[in-house]
Amino acid sequence: MDRRIAEERFFKGLMYVSLFIVLGCLISVFAIVIIKGIPSLNISMVTETPHGGYYLGGGGGILNAIVGSLYLAAGAVILATIISIPTAWYLQNFPRSSRFASSTRILLDIAAGIPSLIYGAFVFLIMVFLQTEASLFWGIITVALFLVPLLTRAVDEVMQTVPKKLMDASYALGATKLETVFHVVTKQALPGILTAVLVAFGRGIGDAASVLFTAGYTDAIPVSITDPVATLPLAIFFQLSTPFPEVQERAYASGIILLVIVLITCVGSRYLSKKFTKYCVK
Amino acid sequence: MNETEISIKNFSLYIENRQILKNISVDIPKNQITAIIGPSGCGKTTLLRSINRMVDLYTPVLAEGEIIINGKNVLDPDINLSLLRKNVGMIAQAPNPLPLSIYDNVVYGLRIHGIHERSALDTRAEQCLQSVGLWSEVHDRLKDPASQLSLGQQQRLCLARALAVEPEILLCDETTSALDPISARHIENELICLKNDYTIVFVTHILRQAKRLADYVVFLYLGELVEHGPAHEVFTNPQDPRTKAYLEGVFG
Repeated sequence: MDRRIAEERFFKGLMYVSLFIVLGCLISVFAIVIIKGIPSLNISMVTETPHGGYYLGGGGGILNAIVGSLYLAAGAVILATIISIPTAWYLQNFPRSSRFASSTRILLDIAAGIPSLIYGAFVFLIMVFLQTEASLFWGIITVALFLVPLLTRAVDEVMQTVPKKLMDASYALGATKLETVFHVVTKQALPGILTAVLVAFGRGIGDAASVLFTAGYTDAIPVSITDPVATLPLAIFFQLSTPFPEVQERAYASGIILLVIVLITCVGSRYLSKKFTKYCVK
Repeated sequence: MNETEISIKNFSLYIENRQILKNISVDIPKNQITAIIGPSGCGKTTLLRSINRMVDLYTPVLAEGEIIINGKNVLDPDINLSLLRKNVGMIAQAPNPLPLSIYDNVVYGLRIHGIHERSALDTRAEQCLQSVGLWSEVHDRLKDPASQLSLGQQQRLCLARALAVEPEILLCDETTSALDPISARHIENELICLKNDYTIVFVTHILRQAKRLADYVVFLYLGELVEHGPAHEVFTNPQDPRTKAYLEGVFG
């Protein structure tokens, strides 16, 4: 009896330690970024583009990167969603034992594990082949490319959790597979799909490596899809790699801005998915 | 009086090389309630799901023989499943409302079959909800999610949804087993009212329920059709020793 209670306490202690490590890392990352960034954070950071000599300590802000990142991530997520949802629909049409479906899922899982830099290099090769320059368009293509496997698998997993009895109800009334997937599976899975899309947005906006060669970098706000575009992760990278402490501080301030955008996305996804669960069958 | 609605001839069914149903032949009478009874795992539900071809929805099956409805063999690979299932409605074991509002649940089938005119949908929705006794309970909250109804109400909603597309046949798969006794009795009463207009095939493992409802009884045991006939004959004077044993509760 005593041994079992001791075991219970030991594993409980172990869980507290794990929780402490996870929360501790998270909080220290937040704390360091905020403590180091707060002194440089000011309104011109988010309202102005870099003035001349910004990276040497000159005035201005990183509005170019904020807007650029939003354009890029939004464009990529829209494109990736347009491709991912029909792919996930298609995968629902196969029985669970299907070889084709399971190998497709494995391939997507592998694709989701490939570092985003590789996708960047791949698109860069295409750009070299076509002899074109880095732009918002190619950035969107790259980010969409690495989001598609992530998003497809996430949406696919959510759709697989839709109870068979709901699909039965639809089929029993004479609905086709397409109608069932469209009206029933997607409706029931909608909150999950929404969460997946917003998580993908978070991934897209935070990724630096994939856009390193493909989106370019500029101090201006892009006005066309063929313009090069600055992104927040690259802005952070460039500011951190200067030798000037005050510019490095601005990198942390940019980090705060990126954190806030991701935070808003997360809270928004929570709110939206709650809103769409109204009709879902529990 | 005893016109045949569904004619099952030498029907055998194999799932993954295992024979589930063995050479079943029975004529199911029109405008009556036919109860399919038998112990668990005897193939009752499989037989029921064969009639509207739900049986091969997720797993490939091998079928022999014929199931004839309106002169057409439903096992024919070329049959229009959408029209078949419009004609042969099904009510599941547990209530399965769609993730939609009460109203949208009832008219789901109508929309599938191409009716979009608002007034037609409204009329039909009211009719169907009336006929299952749900209208007075939900008429002021048709836009609410169907999942907010009680289980008994949900099952009546599913019945209304099945009726909306005007089928000739209703398949009920232990339709009351997830419900409390009062809700169950409610559904039973609806079914008795409905049998004037519909042919009802009812799967149940509750003998008392079969006695209450059935006009005609089909007894299945281990995938075989042991006995079938008018309910009072089968219940009062079973011919086969296995039917007798089952009715006496020797096995269940």
